[in-house]
Amino acid sequence: MNDRIQLPELGSVGFLRYGWRQLTSMRTALILLMLLGIAAVPGSLIPQRTQNPMAVSASFKSAPGLSRWMDQFSLFDVYGSAWFSAIYILLFISLIGCVLPRTFEHFYAIRAIPPVTPKNLDRMEFYSTWLGNGEELKLARAWFKSKHFRIREIDGSISAEKGFTRETGNLFFHLALILILLGISFSSLFGMRGEAILNVGERFVNTPTSYDSLAYGKLFKEGKLVDFTLKINSFAASYNLETNAPQDYILNVALKSKDWPNGQRRVIKVNSPLTIGNTKIYLQANGFSPIVTVRDSKGNVAMQGPIPFLPQDANLRSIGAIKVPDADPPVGFVGSFVPTYQRSVGGGAISVFPKALDPRLLLSAYSGDLGLDSGVPQSFYRIDTTAMKQIGLKALKPGEVFTYPGGSITFEGLVPWVNLAIVDDPGKNFALLGAIVAILGLLASLFTRRRRIWIRVGDVVEVAGLAKNATPGLEQELAIFITQLKGEK
Amino acid sequence: MSRTWAYLSNYLIYSSMAVYTLSFFAHAFETAWAVKIPDVNSAKVLDYKRTEKVARIATAMMILGFFLLFAGVIARGFSAGRVPWGNMYEFSITGALAFSGAYLVALRKYDLRWLGLFVSISVLLTLGTAVAVLYRPSAPLVPALKSTWLVIHVSAAIISGGVFLLANAIAGAYLYLDSMEQKGERTAWAKRLPSLEYLDQLSYRLVAFVFPLWTFAVIAGAIWAESAWGRYWGWDPKETWAFITWVAYAAYLHARVTAGWRGRRAAWLCLFAGSTFLFNYVYINIWGTGKHTYSGL
Ligand code: HEM
Repeated sequence: MNDRIQLPELGSVGFLRYGWRQLTSMRTALILLMLLGIAAVPGSLIPQRTQNPMAVSASFKSAPGLSRWMDQFSLFDVYGSAWFSAIYILLFISLIGCVLPRTFEHFYAIRAIPPVTPKNLDRMEFYSTWLGNGEELKLARAWFKSKHFRIREIDGSISAEKGFTRETGNLFFHLALILILLGISFSSLFGMRGEAILNVGERFVNTPTSYDSLAYGKLFKEGKLVDFTLKINSFAASYNLETNAPQDYILNVALKSKDWPNGQRRVIKVNSPLTIGNTKIYLQANGFSPIVTVRDSKGNVAMQGPIPFLPQDANLRSIGAIKVPDADPPVGFVGSFVPTYQRSVGGGAISVFPKALDPRLLLSAYSGDLGLDSGVPQSFYRIDTTAMKQIGLKALKPGEVFTYPGGSITFEGLVPWVNLAIVDDPGKNFALLGAIVAILGLLASLFTRRRRIWIRVGDVVEVAGLAKNATPGLEQELAIFITQLKGEK
Repeated sequence: MSRTWAYLSNYLIYSSMAVYTLSFFAHAFETAWAVKIPDVNSAKVLDYKRTEKVARIATAMMILGFFLLFAGVIARGFSAGRVPWGNMYEFSITGALAFSGAYLVALRKYDLRWLGLFVSISVLLTLGTAVAVLYRPSAPLVPALKSTWLVIHVSAAIISGGVFLLANAIAGAYLYLDSMEQKGERTAWAKRLPSLEYLDQLSYRLVAFVFPLWTFAVIAGAIWAESAWGRYWGWDPKETWAFITWVAYAAYLHARVTAGWRGRRAAWLCLFAGSTFLFNYVYINIWGTGKHTYSGL
């Protein structure tokens, strides 16, 4: 606000004060705001871990050197990076330091009466003068009152002011920005977000171990996870027959929680999450889990159950991995699943519709060390086959068996899976409130004008005005005012 | 039934293109043939009385084109059984509608007929691209897009976009005229343009007018994202660029109101902010990745 450059005084206190003043100047705030805008750009052009982890690992494969270098600057995780946070935390501090003192100032200014009428009105804008009939002051007073001007009257002159709404709205707008930032930080400190993939028929108990991925805020207490269990009863997807585009997803669950100890049936859809207290459960994605039974050479079951496969395109061609470390020797299957099978021109399997009309499970069997004990984190959907030997390859219809040296695998059928996001976001209502206040404040500030009008009645009548920030509209207003005073119709 | 509506929509859009073409020619005629009578100083000056009739026809055609396009957009909505904002084709026809609508509304208050040539040609180009390149058969929405907030969010964003582009056109005209005046005289037809001061004020007023609406559009988008994806802000490319546009216009308003920027610098900043909006629409929709990029444009 005071943008005059001040030389730092000697001593650390002086230096700190200097730094604070610089940080909280409006210029700094605006530079930080622009910086935040610029800093947001790379994250929209470079793939981000949080949104597109596959593309990030692809980049590491194709250009490892460059990618590692980029990673040093958190370019694959821009919005969680130290430098991005630094910008918005500085902006936050700058805004507070800049706007709070103004709020107090404005608070006093609102209650102050307008300053006295200047001596030389003819130096002001929109000056006009005429010979009056003595009634003008009375008429002016009435007009100002009816228009809710605040007035000060001395010695045959009136100084009137209106439009504090502009500054009030403006301050509310800037304060609301602080509120939004507060809400966002509150969410990241006290919130949680987790995801879980569940096959239809499975039960989900809300404890940390049930999640596939779970992230808490720094101050989130683990015991705060709401108590509930969900049973996935059924899932139905419908598609447009011409375009294959999804039309509707309906997930039926049975919910048991404190309020529903005996269980209650609920429906979750894409735009309507299930709410339990402050926690919301969203339907995020879906796919198929082939159900398989793996037997060893003696016919003993080594593994049985549904294995979620990861969709790769809109027709749900999916990839996945079946790992059987307990078989002797260990086996693994690299698989792909197509719900509606067709041979592509190149000979590969593609899916031509996202529903399971003619499903196929294509497996390639490997034997050897699966690498599960190596300590290197493993993808659920892939197998590192470098230390393994391929021992067979087959495409299966439901019910078919694939026998390979050392055992067999049966494709029993399939079941849909859904990916649920479970979110507790305690700051979001603050952010929303901030957003609403910001808009109201903006409207008040952009659509009102602050201006002063003076009138002095002596030998002649003199009228002048001044609009803050040279906002237009005062000239017309003065014209109306003067017509009123002259009693013209 | 939905087929019939889709055909009707296409015919209406073709007819509106024909009418906009007429409007374009009328504006071009007005611009070209107003230069006629010699002045006392024997310089040529403009006489708009000669072309007043044509100018009126141009505006009337623009209004007619607007209503035909409006009907076309509505019919498109009926054919799909939803609001007509599901893909790039539909965004483009609605965007063209918003742009010419913004122009016509502003025309009621300000003398903007000089801008009609530009408005009609850009609407024509947008519609032409939409029909020739972006056209997709009418289809219902994917589940994530089925939300009242989508209607609110997209309509606010499209209207804001129309006004931002209008402000950009005026800021562009400012820069053009300014460079012309720096070189010397205005060319004859440029005399048709209002004063630099007027252009400067006008682009500011347009931006100040829609900035709250754009703010609202971004917030409505966040509310929709919260109900669909469980987070109100995720730095998806589309969201990120909406934010960048917002920041750029906030900087523009600030530069004007508190730092007193006027004229060239302000006009350049306005153009810059507007181009972040266009970038978001064109680049992110077509080449970007993210939750907002639905397959098949
Ligand atoms: C930190 C210090 C800041 C200060 C002291 C400040 C102060 C001001 C002032 C004095 C005005 C003009 C009010 C008027 O007379 O009409 C204004 C307008 C505005 N400010 Fe800020 N501001 C700051 C930061 C920001 C930030 C970070 C934003 C972010 C978006 C922002 C957005 C706006 C907008 C959009 C306007 C336009 C409102 C109008 O035209 O009246 N400001 N600000």
